[in-house]
Amino acid sequence: MSQASTEIVRISGHAGTVPGAGLNREYEVCKLVDTTTCIGCKACEVACLEWNGYTFTETTFDNTYQTMPETAWNYWNLIKFNEHENEDGNLMLLMRKDQCMHCADPGCLAACPADAAIVQYANGIVDFQEANCIGCGYCMTGCPFNIPKFSPKARKVFKCTLCNDRVSQGLEPACIKTCPTGCLHFGTKAEMKELAGMRAQQLRENSGYRNAGVYDPSGVGGTHVIYVLHDATNPEAYGGLPKNPQVPLMVRLWKHPLKWIGNFGIIFGAVGVFIHYLRFGPKIVKEDEQHGGTQ
Amino acid sequence: MIRGKYLLPNGRVLRYSFHERMIHWTAAVSYLYLLLSGLAFWSPWLFWIAIVLGGGTVARELHPWFGVIFSVAVCLMYGMWSKQMKETPADKSWWASIGHYIRNEDDKMPPADRFNPGQKFLFWGFFVNGILLLVTGLILWLPQYIPWNLRILRLISIFLHPVSALFTIALFIIHVYMGTAMERGAFGSVIRGDVSRAWADHHHHSWFQQVLREEDSPAKSSGD
Repeated sequence: MSQASTEIVRISGHAGTVPGAGLNREYEVCKLVDTTTCIGCKACEVACLEWNGYTFTETTFDNTYQTMPETAWNYWNLIKFNEHENEDGNLMLLMRKDQCMHCADPGCLAACPADAAIVQYANGIVDFQEANCIGCGYCMTGCPFNIPKFSPKARKVFKCTLCNDRVSQGLEPACIKTCPTGCLHFGTKAEMKELAGMRAQQLRENSGYRNAGVYDPSGVGGTHVIYVLHDATNPEAYGGLPKNPQVPLMVRLWKHPLKWIGNFGIIFGAVGVFIHYLRFGPKIVKEDEQHGGTQ
Repeated sequence: MIRGKYLLPNGRVLRYSFHERMIHWTAAVSYLYLLLSGLAFWSPWLFWIAIVLGGGTVARELHPWFGVIFSVAVCLMYGMWSKQMKETPADKSWWASIGHYIRNEDDKMPPADRFNPGQKFLFWGFFVNGILLLVTGLILWLPQYIPWNLRILRLISIFLHPVSALFTIALFIIHVYMGTAMERGAFGSVIRGDVSRAWADHHHHSWFQQVLREEDSPAKSSGD
């Protein structure tokens, strides 16, 4: 892919038009995570750290094989390990690579007040521009997947970039590059959806996973990371993957009705008092003799 | 009231003590910063205010600290004014004739105490919304310490903080308009602290009468 892959479609906290939107033809990219062939080797976690230049941090042991409870500002890629008893009473070890989902309708971007701190590219990548980030953490509240994390050192928020730096140069993301089982795939959204659909069908028809399916939640307009799950009816079992993720109602209410009511109210108030002054003028107290005496 | 405290030697009446003016202006200056930086975060069209204030990061770092200063000032105001701000039965008739007040027909208004019911409304409006802004502001200040399963607190705050702020903006617009343009003499009272006797009698008749009574001076007869 050429530099055109960094064509921008949406900018957080931005007044006016978005420069460059819709100028070029652009493919939407997509990462496909097939949880049914993940072996939990964590090579993707290591590749992510190496490519992005973060050092290994202290891990948290919680009686599972999981590296830490949730992703961190400098640990963007985390395999979530969950023991799950299925309908037949068999124990399954569910392993899901957790990272930014790169939503088509990103809650982080909706909530962000800083101009151009979050941009959405035409290829679907949602990337944080730390130079413009003001560290308010609103993205952490807007995200339905608990992905953006605050760095106390930088006082800014970080998350997975879908290796935007690699993708814009025609390379696949680091995690994809390193995956030894081929459970991770990278391509256009259309291709990945097709591949995921085929794999889910295979699981349903040949492997006995009757509820196997693809996780591409429509509540956030679809995502640019999609999963194949053994049981698509119960995504929560895979380390709390939300069943119907959405941009939070409170963020929507704040950004839409409240903003318009508030703007109207402020302008109405300012104009109102001005008109009052024109119509009725000031209250001037006359200094009469009655009160002017020396006391 | 202490004798001779309110009727000044220059023939004017002390409306706000130095202590009251200091607290008022601590709240006012901190509120102004909160308003400007808050408006920058409110709308992308106003984000330039954050640039003027030293950049979005600086504004984001300082906004909560100014919030702390404002909260302290509001608490001190509560301490010094809450008793005088209590609603009295007479307030009802004042509100009933609010139309006269708006049309500057002040002779048709019932006499006001040290604070008229409109000022009381301003005080309680700022007090209640100040508490809401403080509580939601603390959550928005340090969202990284609110765990994911308590995310509802962050979501409520993200909505309630601007709602409360908008109520204070409504109060603020009216307060600033009345204090500077509409009520001549009011701005001086919160800067220098004093007002003329005629002003005190006109705007806060009941209070002025009380001052005269308690100062036990010959001015007693000159009121009204």
